[in-house]
Amino acid sequence: MNFLSLVFVNLRRNWIRTLLTMASVMVALFLYCTLGGVLDTLNAAADAGSRERLATRNAISLVQVIPGSYQDRIAAIPGVQRVCIQNWFGAQDPIDKKGFFAQFAVDNNFWPVYAKDMTLIKWSDPQVQIPVAADQDPHMAAYFAERNACIVGEKLMKQKRWKLGQSVKLEGTIYPGTWEFVIRGVYRHKPGSALTDEVFWFRFDYLSEKGMGGQNFVGVYKVAISDPSKSAAIAKEIDAQFENSDAATLTESEQAFGAGFVSMYGNVPFALRVIGLAVVFTILLIAANTMVTAVRERTSEIGVLKTLGFTDHSVFMMIVVEAAVITLGGGVAGAMLARLAVSGANLGFLPPIVLQWSTVLTGVAIAVVIGAISGLIPAIQASRLRIVDALRRVD
Amino acid sequence: MASVRLSNVRKVYRRDTQEVPVLDGVSLEIVSGDYVALMGPSGSGKTTLLNLIGGIDQPTSGDVFVGDQNIARLDSGALAKWRSRNIGYIFQLYNLMPVLTALQNVELPLSLHKMSGKERKERAKVALELVGLGDRLDHYPRQLSGGQEQRVAIARAMVSDPEVLLADEPTGDLDRKSADEVLRLLERLNTEFKKTIVMVTHDPHAAEHARRTLHLDKGELTN
Repeated sequence: MNFLSLVFVNLRRNWIRTLLTMASVMVALFLYCTLGGVLDTLNAAADAGSRERLATRNAISLVQVIPGSYQDRIAAIPGVQRVCIQNWFGAQDPIDKKGFFAQFAVDNNFWPVYAKDMTLIKWSDPQVQIPVAADQDPHMAAYFAERNACIVGEKLMKQKRWKLGQSVKLEGTIYPGTWEFVIRGVYRHKPGSALTDEVFWFRFDYLSEKGMGGQNFVGVYKVAISDPSKSAAIAKEIDAQFENSDAATLTESEQAFGAGFVSMYGNVPFALRVIGLAVVFTILLIAANTMVTAVRERTSEIGVLKTLGFTDHSVFMMIVVEAAVITLGGGVAGAMLARLAVSGANLGFLPPIVLQWSTVLTGVAIAVVIGAISGLIPAIQASRLRIVDALRRVD
Repeated sequence: MASVRLSNVRKVYRRDTQEVPVLDGVSLEIVSGDYVALMGPSGSGKTTLLNLIGGIDQPTSGDVFVGDQNIARLDSGALAKWRSRNIGYIFQLYNLMPVLTALQNVELPLSLHKMSGKERKERAKVALELVGLGDRLDHYPRQLSGGQEQRVAIARAMVSDPEVLLADEPTGDLDRKSADEVLRLLERLNTEFKKTIVMVTHDPHAAEHARRTLHLDKGELTN
């Protein structure tokens, strides 16, 4: 029998209450860490994007298009290496309408511009041999040979249980009709890239021909530049080119573009923080109430301990440690559960949730603080308790 | 040599704005190895006097010497440490920890002393064997009779080998047979182990086991 074994014996005294309190702390910390993971992901998405690329879109809004003729004019601006088309498609899988995934129509320039971000891990051999440009991956020959070919992310392939070479039908929402594609390649993002492996890329000329009646209207141009330090000047020059046209442009870094995209979530990050704090505060009250009740039930025992020679300080520490064990146990379990269960979960067109260790550790630290605070009031009460009052006899 | 010496001790409790005098200038000496029964009507201050000797309450004025130490002058921390080494306390309602076994209950005071876990366990076992409960080491208080619980409490009080044992109505909650067992045990601790014992009791039969009896009335010693 020593100090710690006394603490653990007291924890086992009403083990249902101890377990329920631990469970409530666990659920709270699970929620806190999950919300923290979503925030981490939103922040990471806002920071994503290359400094070597700009994004040009219609100045009015993201849903307004800009003419295809802008591509060559942008490419002619000094400092611009290459310009590619990246057009949001927004179709649904008729077999799994709730299973959202991002689809983009891209032109051939897209692949060299994003060569540092992804690599082809599976590909079909072309039925007809066609020449592939020197700056393209030669394994994409089948993609270039078929107008309705597509390249799909490795993770999306697994989710949809698609196979290389399989035909896939999607129902257009922005561009109505049934769209048939053939999977001609599977990609995986390269380390350090913000791309996810859940995107469906297909040929812009297919979209233009079937969805736009042969006209070229583009959602976003991605502009590869040679010198990131001149990005502001180049962006300004691009926008100046089209300032007085029917479709004025807004050019910004790919990072700012991503942040703007995330800002569509409005005050969601703020709401997540408020919910997280509310959960933590609620659990603090529950834990404190549990500890106050537990200590009140043991008033006479505390009197006996002090009679035996336990000091006010050791009684104080016993109760604080007891509270810390409950909240630390629940907190570590909740944080680790969140790390295991939530990491990698899909958040629509954002990258999958990555629950940082820093968020997990913050959660555990919060659990310790909750324990200390919730144990503080009953511990102070117990340490100040006079033996004669605890034993309740004045004869 | 006086084991316990009280000099002009006063104790006044405050109830809101009212002052309630409990002990009024009590002076007494209890020599080492004595066995004193403290009797008196309810509210006469018996338990308060016991608490002052045991250092679990402080006098309003006066001195309380136990051995050479004036415990009226000690602060809360020093007093706790002093209690752990010098006093064994036996309560009327036993006050064992319900979540601890008999052995663990007796071990508890030893956790405040520097000794190995093995030594603690050995000493607790010896104490329990001495009170005749060597076969009840792993029993929880709820598995013991009242008399057995009180004997565990006596083992807990003596396990640290204190010079003074204080017993507050140790037989008040027991039947006659169990009460006699407890009283014989206290007598043995006094005669064989030379413990100084101060016992508060309402029971004249219990008081007969003591070497002498002190009477307290309205906060004053009457003999």
